[in-house]
Formats: sequence, C-alpha cells, structure tokens
Amino acid sequence: MTPEFLIGNITLFMLAIFIGFELITKVPATLHTPLMSGANAISGISIIGALIGSNVAFKNESTEISGILAFVAVTLAMINVVGGFAVTNRMLNMIAGKKRGGA
Amino acid sequence: MEDWVSIGYLISAALFIFGLKKLGHPRTAPFGNQLGAMGMLVAVITTILEMQLTGDGVIDWTLIAGGLILGSAIGYLMAKRVQMTGMPELVALFNGFGGAASALVALSEIQKYIGDADTLPEGLALTVTMIAAGLSALVGWMTLTGSLLAMYKLKGGVEIFGKWIKTPTWGPTWLNPVKVLLFLSVIVMIYMSIEEPTNTTYMWGIIGVSCLLGIVLVLPIGGADMPVVVSLLNSLSGIAAAFTGFIIGNSVLIIAGSLVGASGLILTFIMCKAMNRKLIDVLFKSFGGSGEKQDLTRTKVGSDADEVAMMLDGAQKVIIVPGYGMAVSQCQHAVKEFANIMEEKFGTEIKYAIHPVAGRMPGHMNVLLAEANVPYEQLIEMDEINGEFPDCDVALVIGANDTTNPAARSGEGPLAGMPIIDADQARTVVIIKRSLSVGYAGVDNDLFYMDKTMMLFGDGKAMMSGLNTAVKEI
Repeated sequence: MTPEFLIGNITLFMLAIFIGFELITKVPATLHTPLMSGANAISGISIIGALIGSNVAFKNESTEISGILAFVAVTLAMINVVGGFAVTNRMLNMIAGKKRGGA
Repeated sequence: MEDWVSIGYLISAALFIFGLKKLGHPRTAPFGNQLGAMGMLVAVITTILEMQLTGDGVIDWTLIAGGLILGSAIGYLMAKRVQMTGMPELVALFNGFGGAASALVALSEIQKYIGDADTLPEGLALTVTMIAAGLSALVGWMTLTGSLLAMYKLKGGVEIFGKWIKTPTWGPTWLNPVKVLLFLSVIVMIYMSIEEPTNTTYMWGIIGVSCLLGIVLVLPIGGADMPVVVSLLNSLSGIAAAFTGFIIGNSVLIIAGSLVGASGLILTFIMCKAMNRKLIDVLFKSFGGSGEKQDLTRTKVGSDADEVAMMLDGAQKVIIVPGYGMAVSQCQHAVKEFANIMEEKFGTEIKYAIHPVAGRMPGHMNVLLAEANVPYEQLIEMDEINGEFPDCDVALVIGANDTTNPAARSGEGPLAGMPIIDADQARTVVIIKRSLSVGYAGVDNDLFYMDKTMMLFGDGKAMMSGLNTAVKEI
C-alpha cells in the first residue's frame, strides 16, 4: 500500500461523507423508516468485501477459518442487501398505495 | 485494479448517490430504492467478473454461489413474510447482519495474515490495516449486538422455553463512564495490535468489548427513542463497511459505506428534531422506564361501547389518533371498518392524526393504515391537523398515550417540549386503552381524567369491533 493510494482512499472517504451529509435535507416523517431501511440495504455493500475475501481465502486452503468466516459474511451481507431492498420496496408500495395486498 | 472494474464501481457509487437522494422525496422514493438495488447489482456483478477474469478465477463456485443464493433466499423470505407491525424489528435485524458482515470480512482478513505470517503487510500498510480492522470490528460488532438488542426491545421481549421474558430497560448514570471506558479500551487494544499484529488476544479482546459496548449503549434506551437508535446503528453499519473498504483497498466499499454513514447520521438528527430530543440526551439520559414512573392516584370509570356509540350518533367530524396500541392489537382493519360505517351512516368526515413518532418507528402508522386501505389524503401530519381539533366532534385515540399527553406542554418532566397531538381540544375524547397506566415516558396523562373523556378499557381489536357493532345497531 503506497501513501498515494492511502491518501486517495481517505479523499474518497471524506468526499463521500460530505455528499452523504448534503443528500438528506428535508425528509417527511413518513419516509424516515423507508429511507433508513433503504440506506441500510446499501450498507450491505460489504458483500463486495465478503466476495473478494472468500475467493482469496478459498485459494489458500491452509486458512480454513478465514474461508468459513468469509462464507458466513457473504450470507449475512446478502440477507442484508436482498432483504433490505425488498422490505423497503414493500413499505414504499404500501405508503404510496400503488400496490395493495402483501402482508 | 483493472480499469473496467473501477468504472463498474463508479457506476454503482453514482447509482447509490442518486438512489439515496430520490429516497428522500415521497414521489420518487420507490424509484430511489430501485436505483440503490441496481447499484448493488452492478457492484456484485463487477466483482464476480473481476474474480473470474483476473488471477486464478473464481476458486470455489459452490461456496460463493451457495452463500449468495442462501443469503438472498433468507432475506427475501423474511422481507415477504414479515407483518407490517414487525417492520421495525426486521430493519434492526438486517442492520445487525450488515454490521456483522463487515466485521467478519475484517476478521477474515486478519485471520489470513495470522495463518500465514509471510503475507503480513509491513510499515504503513500494516498500520492502516490494523487500525481499519480494529475500527471495523469495533463498529461492526457493536452494531450487531446493539441491533439485536434493539430488535428484542422493539418486540418487547423474548420467548425462552415458552416463557415470555420482557426486555429490560436499565441505565443507571454510572453506566455512562463505563461506556467511555469500554470505548477507550478498544482504542488501546487497537494500538497494541499494531505493535504485535500476530497476537490474537487483542483481536478477540476488541471483539468481546465491542459486543459488550453495543449492549450497554442500547440497554438504557426505550420507547420513542428506539427508532433514533436504530437509525444511528444504521449509520454505524455504513461506517463499518467503509473501514472494511480501507482494509481491502476497495473504493466502492469506502464510498457507499461513508455515504450511508453520513446520510444515516443526518437522518438520525432529523428524527431527533421531530420529537424535540437531542441526540446526546437520547444516548446518555435514559428515557422513561427507569423507575421514575409516577404513581397513579386517580381513577376513571370506564365506558362501554354502547355509550360511545350513542355519543357518536350523528357526529360531523371524527379525528382518529392511532398509536402503538393499534399496531400491537393489529386493529387497523377494524379502524378502517369503523371509518366506513361512520361515513356511510352519518356522512361523517374522518381524518387520521399522525404523530411523527407514533408507534415504534417514524411512518409506522402510515404503513399500517395504508395496509388497511385508508386513503392517503386522510392521513394528516400533526402540525396540520392540530388546528382542526377545536371543531371536531370526537377524537378517537387508539392506544396512543405519550403523543397526546398535555403534560408535554408544561415544560417539565420527561415529556417536556415534545410536540403533541391536541386531542384534548376536541369536543369529546374517546380513548381505547388497556388501562390507565403510564406510557413509555412514565408520565400520568391528564387527558384520561378530563370530564369530556370516555375511556374504553380493553384490547384495541376487541374494543374496535365492539364499537363497530354498537354503531351499526344505532
């Protein structure tokens, strides 16, 4: 890891934080929960880390624990991602009243 | 990293940004959610392609695909099956999983280095890796235990061997320095782990203390503050993903993680503002339930459904004030039926007063009433509806307590300054509630004892259907 790479990453980190602060301004109370749940699904982005990690771990068969951990991480992250987007979608459909039923 | 991989991640990051932006507006919110999901799909496909096309390719398809499919199936089923009342718990649970996934990736990376000392990075890379892994573990494990506890608190308890055990709310003031101490000890352990990266004691120490920290942070928090905490934990799980991004040097993890971290924090502040609380008070001053409940000295005679039905006869305007009690007893359909009967029989104007924090999470009431097919136009937010109470014949309060408590106007006690629904200004108030007991804030409610108030003691669903029958028979 070169210092340039690290500084590049820190730059990304800071700029993304600024964007995040600016993105959310006035949100009606009705949308607080769906917004929270949608953002929560996005935080399941660690699925990427889990995928890369598990591939590397399976390559070095010597480190079994790391492989198992990575597999569990893939599963948990995927529950977070798919479940999060699905549940947000269901909530929004109910609030907007476009689709009836469910539950 | 290959160029096309970077471009894939860039597209995915842009989709996340647009998605979050659109999620904040009522009309565009469903599209925003889809954009977010698309961003995630792009990121996953890019990653899998990169794994397959560069280096040795995907090593173990069965395990990777297995994890992906298993996780998707579980997540999808949980999202489809959950009752609308269980929504807050589910969001908390998913959030915990997200935090745990980030922390597990960090742990898996560290395990790899420890298992094979030759791969251990040196110098700057080592410092960065250990700091990021430590912070990711701190935030990730804290999010997991905190979210799980939050889930059980939202549920109200847990069933162990057929026995219902209530989730405690407990937070003496001496717990606050303990939280700070636990936090500092994690920081010290991270520092030590840089000195001795192969010593696993520090790693397990960080995990243990972080788990404990999540529990002591959430334990003292109760009632209306719960959604704020879930939102804060959501923000933390984003930060955990960003730290994990630093360990594996992945841009999309850093961008998406910090986006969620920052926007989640802003959302947390917005929620706090809606209920007139400060975040610092939410975290460090325990809210109600801590033994400061007032003793009830007054009594009130309950009414029955027939009396209430007589009074409702010919009412011009009825405002329904739903609260958590409606969610618990699942009586939203009976409420809608009541509205239908009133509209048909007397041509009554029906409106619903929605307090921003009614229920256990913001928007909880909207979702429930939408499920019962209540027209969106009849759901009125607190600030708009409050002016209408003086010319409303009947305010029907269903399982709401603190959000209607006039004590909030007095400027004293736990509820001080919280905006409330002015149900007490209606000509008659009907309250459906199990008993006169205090709400989460532990403050006795003057509204119950007013002369114009009629109490219907009992379960929301039973009372509503009783009332519906009585009104039909007039």
